[in-house]
Amino acid sequence: MKRFATAFAIATVLALGIQAAAAQATLKAVKDRGELWCGSNGQLSGFGMPDQQGNWTGFDVDFCRAIAAAIFDDPTKVKFVPLTAANRLTAVQSGEVDVLSRNTTWTMSRDTQLGIDFAAVHYYDGQGFMVRKSQKLSSALELNDATVCVQQGTTTELNLADFFRSNNMSLKTVTFATADEAVKAYEAGRCDAYTTDSSGLYGVRTQLAEPTASMVLPEIISKEPLSPAVRQGDDNWEDIVRWTHYAMVDAEELGVSKTNLAEQMSSANPDIRRLLGVEGQFGESMGLTNDWAARIIKAVGNYGESFERNVGQGSPLKIARGLNALWTKGGLQYGLPIR
Amino acid sequence: MADIARSSAARPSRRHARNIGNLALQVALVAIVLGLIAAAAHNAAVNMAKANIAHGFGFWNNTAGFDISQALVGYSASASTFGRAFWVGLLNTLLVSAVAIVLSTALGFIIGIARLSHNWLVSRLAGGYVELIRNIPLLLQILFWYNAVLKSLPELKGSVTLPFGGFLNNRGLFLPKPVFAPDFSAVVIALAIGVACALALRIWARRRQERTGEQVYLLGPTLALIVGLPFIVFLVAGKPLTFGIPDMGRFNIRGGLEILPEFAALLIALSVYTAAFIAEVVRAGVLAVPAGQTEAAQALGLRSTTTLRLVVVPQAMRMIVPPLTSQYLNLTKNSSLAVAIGYPDLVQVFAGSVLNITGQAVEVIAITMAVYLSISLVTSLLMSLYGRMVAVVER
Repeated sequence: MKRFATAFAIATVLALGIQAAAAQATLKAVKDRGELWCGSNGQLSGFGMPDQQGNWTGFDVDFCRAIAAAIFDDPTKVKFVPLTAANRLTAVQSGEVDVLSRNTTWTMSRDTQLGIDFAAVHYYDGQGFMVRKSQKLSSALELNDATVCVQQGTTTELNLADFFRSNNMSLKTVTFATADEAVKAYEAGRCDAYTTDSSGLYGVRTQLAEPTASMVLPEIISKEPLSPAVRQGDDNWEDIVRWTHYAMVDAEELGVSKTNLAEQMSSANPDIRRLLGVEGQFGESMGLTNDWAARIIKAVGNYGESFERNVGQGSPLKIARGLNALWTKGGLQYGLPIR
Repeated sequence: MADIARSSAARPSRRHARNIGNLALQVALVAIVLGLIAAAAHNAAVNMAKANIAHGFGFWNNTAGFDISQALVGYSASASTFGRAFWVGLLNTLLVSAVAIVLSTALGFIIGIARLSHNWLVSRLAGGYVELIRNIPLLLQILFWYNAVLKSLPELKGSVTLPFGGFLNNRGLFLPKPVFAPDFSAVVIALAIGVACALALRIWARRRQERTGEQVYLLGPTLALIVGLPFIVFLVAGKPLTFGIPDMGRFNIRGGLEILPEFAALLIALSVYTAAFIAEVVRAGVLAVPAGQTEAAQALGLRSTTTLRLVVVPQAMRMIVPPLTSQYLNLTKNSSLAVAIGYPDLVQVFAGSVLNITGQAVEVIAITMAVYLSISLVTSLLMSLYGRMVAVVER
């Protein structure tokens, strides 16, 4: 009996050890190499794009910086890998990137068939249309017979066909490998409309030669929950990515921001104390340090700060919070409790 | 002495042994290569299963759900499968490649011959063309033609109206679409008869020339047979052909035959680019024919066009066909650059949209590579058959 117990204990330790080793694989690899590999857009103003000095900026970029800050306490330890819609999912599968933070819609087939997992909805989006004002359109339902430029390999491409079909309208699509090419073709007059997620439309519009000559139609024709994605099978890594998002949302809910972080460290509010690692072992349970969330807020700020700075009122895009407001303010962003 | 005797006796069997050895080696090599491929495929399947990535070819019959701007066979987003999308993409690749091969060959031969012209200006112009075109990357040329085509064309409202009800704008070239009545088959039959008669006439004329040395000029009778006969039948049958005239809508022109700007740009770029290389191939082939051949032909009193047609070109063709094959293969493979300008070729539709919607990269890329390989092998086969036809028959 004693021998059985010993054997069982050894087997359990072995099994757990192997499991732990597998689970820690991504975090360990990231720590060993000293930088996070982040799949990013590279062409989308406000979300992921290098600025004129070559520094990567944007809402999706901030998310990777937040993960890097949680791990290394240094938001610059990220290598951004620009990915197109076409190669982004393969890049996650093959391990070319540790995390994909590139306006990617969480769909069931992607979640269940591609060997990837989605961490948390970082941005609630929906597909819209951009048209030239000179066409005097007021609704997407007037687009019968129109030619639409679209990027291939996206949910956008499928939603577009669905929308026209379900409204009994005929459609001509011109499909391009990258968003840049599709937008250029729209600008050259090849298409009557350009379609992508409405966040992307705002970003693209600021970069047109004549931003004021185009407008975004009011219809949102799809649900596009944009989420960072990781490889399936490393639950610990998925936790880190997921809780990076929730830490940013929780921080906004609790009023912890980049500017007041120092004073909040000594706050008496138990929620804040747990978030910032003053109380509890929440960071260590993920293989990080307990001040992981404080590091994130120090580096990129809370969810609202990152939003306003990159795509909201502090940016040329001026996107309203809308669905991405906190749940307390009529939006859908709802921080999960850290406890 | 005994040694020699033994070795000479052993020689056939040793050669036999060596042959068997070689054969065994080759079989082993093939087995190893096939084994490696099988192991790689198995490994990929196991790893994908482990990583929870869908694999296999089950996606082929799933509904595609996306639109394709140019489909030679019936296709709709709601009803067609990924497999259908594959065929649409493949046909688009074949269409643009086939037309570009014809155009680039014609243009290449003209420029290659022009480069050999004794006219200073003509030969320098041809030389300049070759140097300019073949030294600029094809992708840039495709983008150039696409932007040049798009930017120079008017918008829908300012469409250029062409004779017989066609339109030209930045959405494409819209031509009246021929609609064939059932009676039109009579015209096709008449055309076939005409062509057959013209060929028979030609064979008769050649035999006669070989026998008597007299030449018969066949241009008139040939035209009468190939054009005149079908035309008469067409009139007799009551003009069984009408045209669907394109119609201007709010956003697009409906009906009619549509040629997309993407297709036009890709076609022009591929033809112009490959023509530069074909021109060099032609020039090399012609120059490889010894000058003595031309001189001998002239000494016999042949005119220079006749010399070219009967003496130089047949011999040059032998040199031209193998490198020409390579150019055709290059052209077909280069057509995959269509993805840059949104022409729905195989790579754009299948290795682009289908791959990304299904996420099955390994399968889709394997199929795509197999298709290009097959197209290239078939092209090579056809060209080597043609090469055998033009080869010198040793007497």
